[in-house]
Amino acid sequence: MRVGVITFPGTLDDRDAARAVVAGGSEAVSLWHADADLKSVDAVILPGGFSYGDYLRCGAISRFAPVMQLVIEAAGKGMPVLGICNGFQVLCESHLLPGALTRNSDLHFLCRDQEIEIVNNTTPWTSSYKAGEKIVIPLKNGEGSFQCDDTTLAELEGEGRVIARYVGQNPNGSRNLIAGITNARGNVVGLMPHPEHAIDELTGPSAQGLGFFTSILHAMAK
Amino acid sequence: MAKIVVDVMLKPEILDPQGNAVASALPRLGFSFAKSVRQGKRFEIEVEGEPTAAQLAEVEKAAEVLLSNPVIENYVVRVEK
Amino acid sequence: MALDTVAIAQSSPDNVQPFAELGLKADEYARIKEILGRRPTSSELAMYSVMWSEHCSYKSSKTHLKQFGEKAPKSDALLVGIGENAGVVDVGQGYAVTFKIESHNHPSFIEPYQGAATGIGGIVRDILTMGARPIAVMDPLRFGPADAPDTRRVLPGIVAGVGGYGNCLGLPNIGGEVVFDETYIGNPLVNALCVGVMKHSDIKLAKAAGAGNLVVLYGAKTGGDGIGGVSVLASETFGAGGSTKRPSVQVGDPFVEKVLIECSLEIFAEDLVIGIQDLGGAGLSCATSELASGGSGGMKVALDKVPLRDPSLSPEEILMSESQERMCAIVEPSKIARFLEICKKWDVTVTVIGEVTDGDRLEITWNGEVIVNVPPRTVAHEGPVYNRPLAQPAYIDQVNSQKVNVPMPSGAFEIKAAVLKLAGAPNLADKSWVTAQYDKYVQGNTIQAQPDDSGMVRLDEKTHLGVAISTDANANWSYLNPYQGAKLALAEAARNIATAGARPLAVTNCLNFGSPEDPGVMWQFAESVRGLADGCLEMGLPVTGGNVSFYNQTGAVAILPTPVIGVLGVIQDVRKRTPMSYKSSGLELFLLGETQEDLAGSEWAFLHGQRVGQSPDADLAREMRLIELLLEGNAFFNAAHDLSQGGLSAGLTEMVLRHNVGATISLSNPAIELLSETPGRVIVAIEASKASQLQALATKYSIAISKLGTTGGESLTINDAVISLDELRTAHTSTFPRLFG
Repeated sequence: MRVGVITFPGTLDDRDAARAVVAGGSEAVSLWHADADLKSVDAVILPGGFSYGDYLRCGAISRFAPVMQLVIEAAGKGMPVLGICNGFQVLCESHLLPGALTRNSDLHFLCRDQEIEIVNNTTPWTSSYKAGEKIVIPLKNGEGSFQCDDTTLAELEGEGRVIARYVGQNPNGSRNLIAGITNARGNVVGLMPHPEHAIDELTGPSAQGLGFFTSILHAMAK
Repeated sequence: MAKIVVDVMLKPEILDPQGNAVASALPRLGFSFAKSVRQGKRFEIEVEGEPTAAQLAEVEKAAEVLLSNPVIENYVVRVEK
Repeated sequence: MALDTVAIAQSSPDNVQPFAELGLKADEYARIKEILGRRPTSSELAMYSVMWSEHCSYKSSKTHLKQFGEKAPKSDALLVGIGENAGVVDVGQGYAVTFKIESHNHPSFIEPYQGAATGIGGIVRDILTMGARPIAVMDPLRFGPADAPDTRRVLPGIVAGVGGYGNCLGLPNIGGEVVFDETYIGNPLVNALCVGVMKHSDIKLAKAAGAGNLVVLYGAKTGGDGIGGVSVLASETFGAGGSTKRPSVQVGDPFVEKVLIECSLEIFAEDLVIGIQDLGGAGLSCATSELASGGSGGMKVALDKVPLRDPSLSPEEILMSESQERMCAIVEPSKIARFLEICKKWDVTVTVIGEVTDGDRLEITWNGEVIVNVPPRTVAHEGPVYNRPLAQPAYIDQVNSQKVNVPMPSGAFEIKAAVLKLAGAPNLADKSWVTAQYDKYVQGNTIQAQPDDSGMVRLDEKTHLGVAISTDANANWSYLNPYQGAKLALAEAARNIATAGARPLAVTNCLNFGSPEDPGVMWQFAESVRGLADGCLEMGLPVTGGNVSFYNQTGAVAILPTPVIGVLGVIQDVRKRTPMSYKSSGLELFLLGETQEDLAGSEWAFLHGQRVGQSPDADLAREMRLIELLLEGNAFFNAAHDLSQGGLSAGLTEMVLRHNVGATISLSNPAIELLSETPGRVIVAIEASKASQLQALATKYSIAISKLGTTGGESLTINDAVISLDELRTAHTSTFPRLFG
């Protein structure tokens, strides 16, 4: 099981995502933004960071990278894609996911151990979790407020496409406490908090993030 | 030399915490004129000579695809002296 | 303005030059003429003026800093000592760790966000230039009173700048300090520490060797940032009540630096550079003269090749520019093609601007005309050395002869009130408002971060080797007794490392003082350096490098002497570290170390407006025994927490709130035991069955030990004072949101 991890200029959590992929049992394959080459991976992760310094808008420039052309095509054919934090922003800018991520409502960068509820465990990235399972993983961003219009919100909620929700106080002003969503087909997932930083209790608040990376292994085994 | 200006603003229904922060700061500094404040972006584009209709059409496309995020932003393209 | 070349300088010796406006004294100007045998060109004048400024030349501090070398303890671990961009120590398993702390105080007062951001940027580049991957940052910050309007101006900007730049670089912030005192109003202190790791073979030095090798400038383009910032800004005290100086401040772009880091590390991995230097204070003036000095001594640079953001810059301005995110490398001709390829991959601007030459001059041309021809060592290393007069200030005897006179709580009601008051005091309160703006997780190797006693990162995922770092200062003690204050800060930082189970290894320091032209300040500085040097020798911890920041004063009022000491230590297995607090009930709490009546310089005294008395005396022999005890006890300690500002009261508060498990404590003399700040004390939590083992250790290392109580419950109970955890938490966590929103 080969999982590609894309590096854009300014990507920060790529090595951490690769570490999590390996911990989850798959092989991590490094993908360079400028190479239109997915190296025959079975799934792709867009990791966190500040690609292109968040110039213009977060993810606005990354979305046009040569590798992204292939990701968009592959996603259209059902390849599992996970966008974490900045990766989620790139997926929204690419229109692989609806809505947009905007500035945290209190204007500060926020790093905290955040409780989220996995509300949809049918995606290839969340199948290791029980529906309704609550986990604590790090949230760390300045632009994590998920916004979309009412029609989109109704669609997401109505179709069960919210995959994770913040528990407790809304940390950043996201509509309906949305922490992560999936596309209509269910193969592309965007998640604001960082599961790759919760794969062991030595370096993270829990090991509860590992499920994202074991899910994908089992998804492909089917 | 004229330039093409693209003004990008968040759609009215989108939360604008930066605009709100500015609106809160104004009265603290003694300015009482503002009912509300929204914050946006302005792009100034220089072209050779006077902007043509064709160029303006291209800028519109660029505004749609890059300069703004149509999911949450509106834009206006115009020529400024 | 016509170009001022060497030829013109030779033929117009009597031209009046603005040396004073550039910060040079008349005798320094005369010396330059002597060195060159003619008047300097305006470009040479610019170079000497920035490089001979206090910030770059250390002219007031050099004579005292020599002690770090003269009194250096023998250490096999030291791979690169003072003099390079940062010190490097061997931590085992083939790894070398480089770390350093620096100040960016004055720019942060002028423009808090950019001042702090570029402070982080600068120290990170110092680490990068040693050949290391930067892996963590820390930020000791000091501000005026917490409720002062100007603190509300600078603190949020500085914190946002530290976070904004550090987070974007992908560096976890693993600790720091936030201290408030009226002494810093008008002179906030922004000290930034960075640590990096590499293999021994990766170490790079700043030397230009080998005639014909190329001088390559890469990174951001050069603009008008911070022109004159170094010489003009850092040697200028702010006029009290006068208008603030607004020179061009440096503006940073962390994305460019992140790309620079990745690009540089790929270049290093392929062994493409012979020497390298980052461009910090004094920009190209510093990089060229330092590289040339460090090598064979000769270099030729075509300044017109420097890529510019602002084409209107004059050669003098280019030489003084402090545009961020630039590096200068020495590259063999056979390797330049690959060097350029890697820069292209990362889209980094790169230009060959010169070459190493035979001979011993640094020659800089502008469109073919020679505008600089100097012996580089005279610019970079042989600047003026001042022996500033020093005199013990009158206040010392006055304050030392006074006794602290503060109310001492008695009875449950007053004890509880005192504990809550300390818990909510700005200097002791929960700092999440600040630290939540910092990413502590990126790179996935953070083992400890704020609010733990030290920051700790894992270096090796297989062997679990790690390093721990702590920065500490106690300006109150330094004020009362600068010699002891420095030793005490050193001891505290080392103790903070040891509580986690790491062995202290090396020291860095950031010495923040007022004007060296004030003999009293100079005395404080000399005493602090002497104390630190003596302390390092006794503790066997070499100083690997550091930074001096003078002129932190407004008008005639200097800041409290604030030497910030950073200690780095090694832990063989981060999984075995001792955490700061416990999660279980039924554990026993012990206090290691004896408590005396040490209220002078304490937070309790500070809250009652007093800064008098005699500081404690550092007993470094005892501190070293305590460190050995902590390292041996690591094997069975459930938790260990160092006591410092706020004494036992703060220590207990922090421990019970960390994982929300209370404690029941018995004290025979609660007021003194809670409020005193006697150094060399640690709270330890152990299982009851280990009590005799702990006692044996205390006996072995001759450390006093007393039982405090047991863990458990939903309150902190001290004798009959019962403080619910909820109430304590509210007091502790509401201060910063109330002050800063």
